[in-house]
Amino acid sequence: MVVIKNIVCPICGCLCDDIEATVEDNKITKVKNSCSVSATKFLNYYKERNLSPLVRKNGELKPVSLEEAVDRTAEILMNADFPVIYGFACSGCEAQAVGVELAEEVGGIIDNQTVTCHGPSALGLHDQGMPTCTLGEVRHRADLIVYWGSNFQESHPRHLARYSASSEGRFRKGRKERKLVVIDVRKTPSARLADLFIPVAPGQDYELMSALRMALQYDDIEEESVAGLPVEQVEELAEMMRSCEFGVLFYGLGLTMSRGKERNIDMAVSLVRDLNKWTKFVIMPMRGHYNVTGMNEVTAWQTGYPYAVDLSHGYPWYSPGETTFTDLLRRGECDAALIVASDPLAHFPKNVAQNLCKIPYAVIDPHLSMTALAAEVVMPCAFTGIEAEGSAYRMDTVPLPLRKVVDPPPGINSDEQLVGMILHTIRSKRR
Amino acid sequence: MDLLIKNGVVYDPLNGIDGEVMDIAIKDNKIVEKIDESNAYVIDASNKLVMPGGVDLHSHIAGPKCNVGRMLRPEDHYKDVEPKTQVKRSGVGYSVPSSFAIGYRYAVLGYTTVFEPANPPLKMLHCHHEFKDIPILDKGCLVMFGNNWSVMEYLRDNKLDECAAYVAWTLDATKGYAIKLVDPGCVEAWKWGDVEFLDVLWGRPEAIDKPVPRFGVTAKEIVRGLCKVNKLLNLPHPIHVHANGLGTPGNYQTTIDTMDSVKDLAEEDKPIIHLTHVQFNGYAGSDWITMRSGAHEIMKYVNANKHVSLDLGQIIFTDTTTMTGDGPFEYKLHLLTKNKWTNADVETEEGAGLVPIHYKKSNFVHATMWTIGLELALLAKDPWRIFMTTDHPNGGPFTHYPRVMAWLMSKEARKRTLDKISKRARSRSDLDNMDREYSFYEIAIVTRAATAKILGLKDKGHLGVGADADVAIYDVNPREINPSSDYKKVRKALSKAACTIKDGEIIVKDGEIVKSIEGRTYWVKPNVPEDLMKAMESNLANKFRDYYTVEMENFKIPDRFITRSSPMPTYYA
Amino acid sequence: MKFKAILLTGRSLKQGMGKELSKVSEKYMESVSICEVHPKDAEELGLKEGDSIRITTQFGSIVVKCNPSQNIDKPGIIFIPYGPYANMIMGPDTDSTGMPSFKGLSAEVEPAPGERVLNVKELLSQHLRR
Repeated sequence: MVVIKNIVCPICGCLCDDIEATVEDNKITKVKNSCSVSATKFLNYYKERNLSPLVRKNGELKPVSLEEAVDRTAEILMNADFPVIYGFACSGCEAQAVGVELAEEVGGIIDNQTVTCHGPSALGLHDQGMPTCTLGEVRHRADLIVYWGSNFQESHPRHLARYSASSEGRFRKGRKERKLVVIDVRKTPSARLADLFIPVAPGQDYELMSALRMALQYDDIEEESVAGLPVEQVEELAEMMRSCEFGVLFYGLGLTMSRGKERNIDMAVSLVRDLNKWTKFVIMPMRGHYNVTGMNEVTAWQTGYPYAVDLSHGYPWYSPGETTFTDLLRRGECDAALIVASDPLAHFPKNVAQNLCKIPYAVIDPHLSMTALAAEVVMPCAFTGIEAEGSAYRMDTVPLPLRKVVDPPPGINSDEQLVGMILHTIRSKRR
Repeated sequence: MDLLIKNGVVYDPLNGIDGEVMDIAIKDNKIVEKIDESNAYVIDASNKLVMPGGVDLHSHIAGPKCNVGRMLRPEDHYKDVEPKTQVKRSGVGYSVPSSFAIGYRYAVLGYTTVFEPANPPLKMLHCHHEFKDIPILDKGCLVMFGNNWSVMEYLRDNKLDECAAYVAWTLDATKGYAIKLVDPGCVEAWKWGDVEFLDVLWGRPEAIDKPVPRFGVTAKEIVRGLCKVNKLLNLPHPIHVHANGLGTPGNYQTTIDTMDSVKDLAEEDKPIIHLTHVQFNGYAGSDWITMRSGAHEIMKYVNANKHVSLDLGQIIFTDTTTMTGDGPFEYKLHLLTKNKWTNADVETEEGAGLVPIHYKKSNFVHATMWTIGLELALLAKDPWRIFMTTDHPNGGPFTHYPRVMAWLMSKEARKRTLDKISKRARSRSDLDNMDREYSFYEIAIVTRAATAKILGLKDKGHLGVGADADVAIYDVNPREINPSSDYKKVRKALSKAACTIKDGEIIVKDGEIVKSIEGRTYWVKPNVPEDLMKAMESNLANKFRDYYTVEMENFKIPDRFITRSSPMPTYYA
Repeated sequence: MKFKAILLTGRSLKQGMGKELSKVSEKYMESVSICEVHPKDAEELGLKEGDSIRITTQFGSIVVKCNPSQNIDKPGIIFIPYGPYANMIMGPDTDSTGMPSFKGLSAEVEPAPGERVLNVKELLSQHLRR
């Protein structure tokens, strides 16, 4: 029995790095400091695993050798005119880098889950920039913490305690020295913890942010209510933001997925930028999957763009709305795919998912997902951060090394190795 | 394979070679005395300029800032693409190129070693991630310490040895190369948005004596303290300082005061402080209307004081991206330009900011900035203590280096530009009256020999026996050409090396990449007396819990992330 | 009997835990085949927790389990966790951003007595692989 400390948790964008695991017979039997989601993973990662590569034959997925699965995947990608390599938000940066290389080799698209989480944040960044910081800055200095469209208690369970309102920092000793505001369309479990809950009307975040910007400039708002809120409350909130010493706006998919999309982010950044004329204020997206931030980083330094990169021209090209996997599928433009540790069939709208079912694709995933069930090829892989080494970027872009805590099941490779094998096979076939 | 570069016109200032026609022999990855010509691949370099591979000591090529720059500016990438070839990965980017493109473009210029000048310790893994994807070049990274809580506290409490141990531990843990200071003390104030404190500091020289709120230590004390630490650790490069008050009229005095603050610490005739991108810190006047060059005052000091070296931070008239650890400056630039703005404060340590900018000839301030950079270079008496940079991409992309070299080598080239810039800027500048023109020998000094020397890289920047086989060959005959009038030809030749050799391999032929190899990562491994390190480390894990949101164990960068790791041990004084 | 509502989707803790067990596990499928409704809306339709309800948008229709919840603080708002059920009734358009409109869709809610929540394989065969 060994106890391994300070493991980085490969679940959400918090990347808590204080997880303690007890390992017996190459199995994690106990875990400390984990939230409920993290504990579920650390204590169940070895269950319900598919341990065999599968290839579809006569309509059924049949167990095959790894070589056959890799070979079939290589064929699918090589025979395609416009393949997509998609996923990697739950992979280490090393696998992600090989993914970009593969997309370049086959002349396709490299895209990731950003498209259905914080893609609009990237677009907002292109337009306005983003005044931000690392989470420790919030911990040490913030006296006003605003979550907008983020149900952090359920999406990032330790965020509040480790990094924000309830954390103990150098200049703020804890929850009592901070104000917590939650702005949401539902009174979520997170909203119930707030000192102030602002129930914004669905789809009217943009209006509320515009009104806040007006209120900050002492402009008169010629309406009685905005986004379902009395103007007085808007002005009160503006005053609260203006008069704090260090404020932070954490925002979630409530802004990126609802009406306005990237315009909401544009407006949120503008609001925070305006606030800097009065006080210190920063903004940060609540990134979901543990290394979706890393995938943006890797794709950006290798291709210049954070997601939805088209490598079919021989150089990187980028046009979200056109080169995004969702839109390519919607229009039926891509004709094959490799999907790594992602479940788009379960997470894309029906018409988009239906089109994915029409093209041949391969899946690399530790589990059998819904997407895997409809695939041509399925290759099981190890869990990076538990069964394989790697590295990942926290939601605030702090990079952290990921550890191998236990050995993967016999014969199971990391996604980095598998994508590498596909790349290698394609190159040797082409020679 | 052995290589023989035959009959080149060689400029190798570290060995005193000034345009001699000679052969350079290469075995494996080193320059050797002699090789068997019959077994060697012979490169005919007759009538060509041969120099050591270029060495850049200050260019933002890797790490969090650069990547934010890439993400901030898709519009920068559409216009400049780098297609995939048999040997090249693809890429994009004009002022903030993607990683692969950086390696290729430097190699095409004949550069083989480049140092990234500013990463915060907490994000150093990001820098190493990108280093892995910058092909060809040897690299190293300067680590920021000027606003670090522990450093400020050690210095406030006069615990110099502990401070040295802490810096040594951090450089080792993060695989960094040297101590960088960016706007010391002020970034901490900026993290509170403490504009009152910053207002005082911006452009008021006496303010470097003002204690940083909550830490009780002054900018000057931080500079002095880290200068002493640098000496205690015997690091190969002096402290590398981005002085306070950058981008503010009147800041030239702050720059001089910063240099002067460590004068008494100098022992030999070698620099103990490097002031970087001094153009941005060389403004006289009291506002944007009265602004003028402070180059004369600064160079008067530098010429008289051997403990100082500096680099230019020359600007180019183009669209580019400013990026610096100096978060407060970028906020100010955003307020001035109204351009999009990114800020990235890093807990316990430093900050950063980015704003795109377009330097225009017609803009009085931009034109004045352009004159200051060149004046600094032309007023320098000792080229071994002044280096050519554009502070890529802050003054302009490094791909414009040949343009800067042409301005340095040709009065006519300068005049061509002077004719087009703001008349007010021109009339206030001395540049029209400066006749000096750099020789090829001096160009070799300020772009490779002196930079290698100040970085403490003994095998770089020269072509003597034992040197690394990094060589640049350019298709121009320095014995025949007159750069003063033929500056366009010189610029063209320097833009695309006829041949670049790195580690004994031919990388560039006729301006095209023909092979790509992996470069080294240099980092320092300072040895500190055991008892001292133990005393410092005894409470470091707790300190990490108090100060950071990561565990000490996860802050240390495992060796597996370092590409061609080249540690450089140093010993405690 | 039916009512019009604004449909939101999002994360839930159970969904988060369920997905770590496996995306085809029963626990996961249970966690994402529910719909939170305002208690008053539920009462008006005579719905109790666990009753089948049909949610219909312009893009499709799906049966899930009703979950009257205090998370919904205004009548006329309903919530389904991210997952395959919600997506069967989401629209594909991304307004040229790549991002479909996952929040704020108009929907109709009606009781679906006797109707069953589909399992993964049925979702695949009846909705996706046609």
